[in-house]
Amino acid sequence: MNENVTENKSIKERIDGLVKSFGLPRLIIAGFLLLLYILAPIVGADLPTQLTNTINRFSWNAIMVLAMVPMVHSGCGLNFGLPLGIISGLLGATLSIELGFTGGFSFVMAMLIATPFALVLGSVYGWLLNRIKGGEMMIATYVGFSSVSFMCMMWLLLPYDSPNMVWGLAGKGLRTTISLEGYYNQALARILHIRLGNFEIPTGALLFFALFAFGMWAFLHTKTGTAMTAVGSNPVFAKASGINVDKMRLLSVVMSTWLAAIGILVYEQGFGFIQLYMAPFYMALPAVSAILIGGASVNKASIANVIIGTFLFQGIVTMTPTVMNNMVHMDMSEVVRIIASQGMILYALTRKTEGGK
Amino acid sequence: MEKGKAPLLELKNIKKDFFGNQVLMDINLTVNEGEVIGLAGENGAGKSTLMKIVFGADVIRETGGYGGDIILDGEKVAFETPFDAINAGIGMVHQEFSLIPGFSSTENIFLNREPKRKNVIAEVFGERLCTLDRSEMHVRAEEAIGRLGIHIDADMLIKDMPVGHKQFTEIARELSKENMKLLILDEPTAVLTEKEAEILLNSIRGMAERGIAVIFITHRLQEILNVCDRVVVMRDGYLIEDVKAAETSEADITRAMVGRNVDKVEGRSVKELDPGEGKTILSVKRLWVDMPGETVRDVSFDVKEGEILGIGGLAGQGKLGIPNGIMGLYEAGGTVIFDGQEIPLNAPRKCLDASLAFVSEDRRGVGLLLDESLGWNIAFPAMQIKDRFLKPYLGGLIKWRDEKAIEEVTQKYIKELAIRCTGTRQKAKELSGGNQQKVCLAKAFALEPRLLFVSEPTRGIDVGAKALVLEALKRFNRESGTTVVMISSELEELRATCDRIAIVSGGKVAEIISADASSEVFGTLMVSLVR
Amino acid sequence: MSVNKQKTAVNAAELIRNNSVPIMFIIICAVCIPLAGFSPSYLFNEIITRIGRNTFLILSLLIPVMAGMGLNFGMTLGAMAGEIGLILVCDWQIVGIPAMILAVIISLPIAVGLGLFCGRILNMARGREMITSYIMSFFINGIYQLVVLYMMGSIIPIKHSNIKLPRGYGIRNTVSLLRMRQKLDKLIPLKLFGADIPVMTFIIIAILCFFIIWFRKTKLGQDMRAVGQDMEVAKDSGINVERTRIISIVISTILADIGMVIYLQNMGNIATYSSHSQIGMFCIAALLVGGASVDRASIGNVFLGVTLFHMMFIVAPAAGARITGDSMIGEYFRVFVSYAVITIALVMYETKKRRARSRVGEQLKLEQGTGEEAA
Repeated sequence: MNENVTENKSIKERIDGLVKSFGLPRLIIAGFLLLLYILAPIVGADLPTQLTNTINRFSWNAIMVLAMVPMVHSGCGLNFGLPLGIISGLLGATLSIELGFTGGFSFVMAMLIATPFALVLGSVYGWLLNRIKGGEMMIATYVGFSSVSFMCMMWLLLPYDSPNMVWGLAGKGLRTTISLEGYYNQALARILHIRLGNFEIPTGALLFFALFAFGMWAFLHTKTGTAMTAVGSNPVFAKASGINVDKMRLLSVVMSTWLAAIGILVYEQGFGFIQLYMAPFYMALPAVSAILIGGASVNKASIANVIIGTFLFQGIVTMTPTVMNNMVHMDMSEVVRIIASQGMILYALTRKTEGGK
Repeated sequence: MEKGKAPLLELKNIKKDFFGNQVLMDINLTVNEGEVIGLAGENGAGKSTLMKIVFGADVIRETGGYGGDIILDGEKVAFETPFDAINAGIGMVHQEFSLIPGFSSTENIFLNREPKRKNVIAEVFGERLCTLDRSEMHVRAEEAIGRLGIHIDADMLIKDMPVGHKQFTEIARELSKENMKLLILDEPTAVLTEKEAEILLNSIRGMAERGIAVIFITHRLQEILNVCDRVVVMRDGYLIEDVKAAETSEADITRAMVGRNVDKVEGRSVKELDPGEGKTILSVKRLWVDMPGETVRDVSFDVKEGEILGIGGLAGQGKLGIPNGIMGLYEAGGTVIFDGQEIPLNAPRKCLDASLAFVSEDRRGVGLLLDESLGWNIAFPAMQIKDRFLKPYLGGLIKWRDEKAIEEVTQKYIKELAIRCTGTRQKAKELSGGNQQKVCLAKAFALEPRLLFVSEPTRGIDVGAKALVLEALKRFNRESGTTVVMISSELEELRATCDRIAIVSGGKVAEIISADASSEVFGTLMVSLVR
Repeated sequence: MSVNKQKTAVNAAELIRNNSVPIMFIIICAVCIPLAGFSPSYLFNEIITRIGRNTFLILSLLIPVMAGMGLNFGMTLGAMAGEIGLILVCDWQIVGIPAMILAVIISLPIAVGLGLFCGRILNMARGREMITSYIMSFFINGIYQLVVLYMMGSIIPIKHSNIKLPRGYGIRNTVSLLRMRQKLDKLIPLKLFGADIPVMTFIIIAILCFFIIWFRKTKLGQDMRAVGQDMEVAKDSGINVERTRIISIVISTILADIGMVIYLQNMGNIATYSSHSQIGMFCIAALLVGGASVDRASIGNVFLGVTLFHMMFIVAPAAGARITGDSMIGEYFRVFVSYAVITIALVMYETKKRRARSRVGEQLKLEQGTGEEAA
C-alpha cells in the first residue's frame, strides 16, 4: 500500500522534493554557471578555451576537494585544517627537488616523501580532533593557520640549498614561488593529452583523479568504509555495534591529510609552480565550498558531490572574469566568487543536522 | 474540607490521546485550598501527562490538546503555555532541574523575575536596561528559603551545591512567587537524603497551612501516607482510587497501582523448559553501572539457557542500566560470565563477539542510523561483527558490501516482522516508531545471537505493533533457541512474555520470581528498595 | 561576597593552569625584550599608543562571550561599517572630531543592520557560532568589496579623485585620514615620561568599561548571562533567548564600529581592503592572551591581553632579527604566535568542557564504589 502512495506522487511534488534536497543556493549557483556558458559566446568569449580552462582547473583541484570526503563521512565535519595536509605535500615537493630528482620522476618522489609527513601530521591532528569532539571545525581552521605560519619560519630556516629554490642573493631561505619547469610541470596533464583546436583535455590528470575517486568509492564500500560512514551518521549506534569510534575518526583524518598532500602536488603540476609561505592559508575554503556546492552537507558527502562541486566551483572561477570583463568591462569575478563560496558555506552551517553534531 | 467554598482546582472528564493512543480517560479530580494530594501510580499510568495538562506544557498543545475542562477558582481555564499557568498561580517542580549552574541560589530563584531599579536609560530604551536590585533580591531569596525550614547559602553557585540544595532552590523559587496557589512536585524526594526529605515533607505541611495546595508525586508510599490529606492512584490512564490518607495503607495503594481487572494473566502457553533445571548461560555478579538516571548498584542474577527472563521495576530504579552496562554502553564494574567465559566490561565489541546482542531502549539515539537505509540498519552489526554480507573481490584481496545479500536479508525481515515501508532503501527516520522498533529487532536477529537483551521493546509504539513485536520475540526464542532478557516497565507485558521476572528496585534486584506470581507481590517488590 | 572568598581559595596549580597563556606570554616578552634592545621610553610610548588604539575594539568582544556565543569573529562586520563611514566623511572633506562623530553616525545603521543579520544567522547555527561568525566575516567581506570596489563612485557618489581609483569608480587601496589623524588622541595633550598619552581616547575607553560594568548589572545583562549558561532553562523562565542573543551581537557590532573609527584615527589611514580582515584575529588573540576563554572574559583580560600581546608584537621582529639575522623570522613568528594562542585557547576550552563532563561520571563511580563495598 505504502509503495503505491509514493509511486503516485505528483510531478510537482517531485520537483519540490528535488529543490528541497538539492538546496536553493546550489540551484542558483548551477543556474548562474549555466547562464555564464550561454552568455560566453554572445559576449565574444571563446567557448572551447573557456571549457578547457574549467577542465584544467578541475583537474588541479579535484583531489583536494576529494580530501573532504573521509572526514565528513566519519562525522568530523568539513576539514578546515586542509593546510596541514598541504604542508606535507609542500615538504614532499621541496625535498624531492632538493634531493635532485627531476622530470616526472620528481613527482613520484614528491608523493613518496610527502606520505610519511602526511601520516604523522595527520595522526597528531586526528588525535587532537578526538579530544575535542563537537568543536572540530573551528579548531581545524586554527590548526591549519598555525601550521602554515609555523612553516613560514621553517621555509626560511630549514637548510635547503638547491639553487632553483632558494633566494638568489642570500643563498638560503626558500623563495615564495618556485618554478617546476624541468621538474614535474604538467607531469600528469601531458599523459595522453588530447587537443582539438582550442579544446584540450589533460587526460592524465583526469585519469589520476579518477583513480583516487575510484579508490575512495571502493574504500567506502568495504567493511571499514561502511563503519566509517556509520560513525559519522550516528556515533552511538556505531559504538553499540562494536566499532572503535575514535580509531575510525583518526583513520579518516589521516586519509584526508594524505589526500590533501597528494592534492597540492597535483595542483602544482598543473599550475607549474610551488607556492610557499602564506599561499596554503586560504586553500581550505575553496575546497570546502566546492564540495558543499556539489551537494554535500556537514555530515554527508559523496564522490558525485566532489565531481559536480569542483566543476561548478571552478567553472565559476574561470567563467566569471571572462564573461564579466567582456560584458561590463568590470572584473567582479573575485567578489562574485567570495560571495558565492562563503555564502554556500554559511548556508551549509545553518542547516540542522540529524544524528551526531 | 470546608463546605460552601468552591474547590481551588477542578478537573472534569480530562481526556488525552497521543496520536490515537489513549493515555488519559475521564479523569475527575478536585483539589481544595491548602490540601496536600499524593499522586501514585506506575510509570506510564498517566500521572505526568495529567500534570502537564494542568501546567499547560507545550507538548500537550503540540500533540493536539486535551479533552475535558480545567476549572481554577471557579473559572474555566485553558493554558496555552506554562507561563499562563504560572500567572494563574500554578507552580511545578520538575524532576530535571531547571537551574542555571553558574548562578547563585538567589539569582536562580528570581530568574527573569528580578526586582529592578529604574534609571534614566531604562526610561528611554525600555525595561531591560533597569539595573537589578540585588539587596532586595537577597532579602526575598533568604525569606523564601527560610520558609522551607532549611539553611542554604543564598549566594552559593548552583554548580557547587549538593543535589538536595538544588532541589530546595527550585522549590524556593516557586514559593517566592506571590500568587502561588497550587504547587506540583514531581518526585521531589528522589534526590534527597532521608533528613532532607523529612525537612521537605515538613515544609509541604507548612505550605498547606498557608493555604497553598500541593500535588505530590512520589514512589515512596510511606511519604504519601505521612504528609498527604488524600491519596489518588492512577493506572493505565484511569483514576483508580481517591481516598483519604488516613483510610488507606501502603498495601492498599500498591494493590491499586498494579492490580488489573483480570488478575490471572495468561502466562506463557508453551513451557518446554523448566527454568529451575536449565543450564546457566549468563551469570552476572555484583554489577554496578553508571548510567545517569538508571544507576545500578549491586546486581547479581543468573540466566538459564533458552528462557525468557524479564526485568521489571519502576523508572529510574536501574533496570535499564543492567543491559546498557553489560553491553558496554555505560561505564560498569563487576563480573559477567557468559557460557563459562568472562566477558570484559566497557567493551561493546567483546560482548558482540561473544554472541550477545542488545536492542536499546533509545531507538533513535542508539538503535538506528536514522539517515541510512533499512538495509544498512539491519545488516550493519552483522557485517561488522560476523563478516556477513561481504563479497570478496580480486581473490579476497578486498571485500565489498554485498548489496544483493543485504537486500535479501532485509526483504526477509520486512516480510517476517511485517515492517511497513516503501522498500529496503527507505531511510530509517521515515518509519513510524513501531516499524523502527521492528528494524531494531531485525538488526539484532541478523546477528544470530545466543543471548539477546531487549530493552523496552514496546515503548512508544501502538497496540498492534506491540503484539507483533512481542510475538516476534517469543518466536525467535522458540525457533532459534536464543535466550532472551527482556527489560520493560510494563509488568503485564513481562508477565505475558517471560518465564521468570526479576524486579529491580533502588538499583538492586529485589527478587526473581515466577511470572505467575500475584500482582501484589510484584507491586510490593517494586517499591521495596526504592531510594 | 563569600563567592569571592571561595574564588581566591583555589589552589596554586589550578591558578597556573587557568592562566597558562598569559604566563607563557610573560615569559616570551621577558626573553624578547632584552634581545630586542629597545629603550624603555620607546617601549612605553609604543605600548601606550597601542593600548589606546586597540582596547576599544577588544572590549567589543566581551558581550557576546557573556551571552555564550563565544568569540565573535563577526566583529569585523562592525569594523567594515566603520570604514565605510570614514570613507564617506573623508570624501565630504569633513575634518577632525566632527568627522569622527559623523562617521560613527553614518555607520551606525549599517552596523546595526549587519549585527541583526549576523545574529539571525548565528541563531540558526547554534553550537557552531564561532565557525559561522568566522565564515560570516568572509562573506560580508565579499559584500563590502562589492560596495567599496564597484558601487562607490558608480552608484554611491564619491566626489574626490584622491580616494577614487583612476578608473573612475571604486576606492583606492589606501585612504588617507590625515585631517583627523590622532585628533582624538591629542585632544587633551599630555606628555608623561616622554610619551604622548592619548588622554581623550583613554577617557572614552574608561567610559566604555563603566558601561560594560553597568550593563552586567542590568536586567538585560543578567538575561544574557543566563542565556549564555543554559539556553533551555533561560527559555523556560520566559527569557526571549533568540532576541537576547541577537542584541548581544548587535551591541558587539556597534562597539566594533566605534572601535574601528578610533583605531583608524590613530593609524591615520585606511587600508581599504585589508584593515578589517586582520582586526578580528588580532583582537581575539589579544583577548585570549589576557587569559580569557571562550566562555569567560573580563575587562581585566582585555587590558592584560592588549599589553602583553602588543609587547610581543613590538619586540618579536627585532628579537627574531637579532637571533637569526633575518627580520622576516620575527614577523612570521608573531603571526604564528597569534594563531597558536587562539588554537591553544580553543583546544583548552573544548577539553575543559569534556573534563567537566567526565568528572561527573567519576564522582558517581566513586559513590557507587563505596556503595558496593558497603553492600
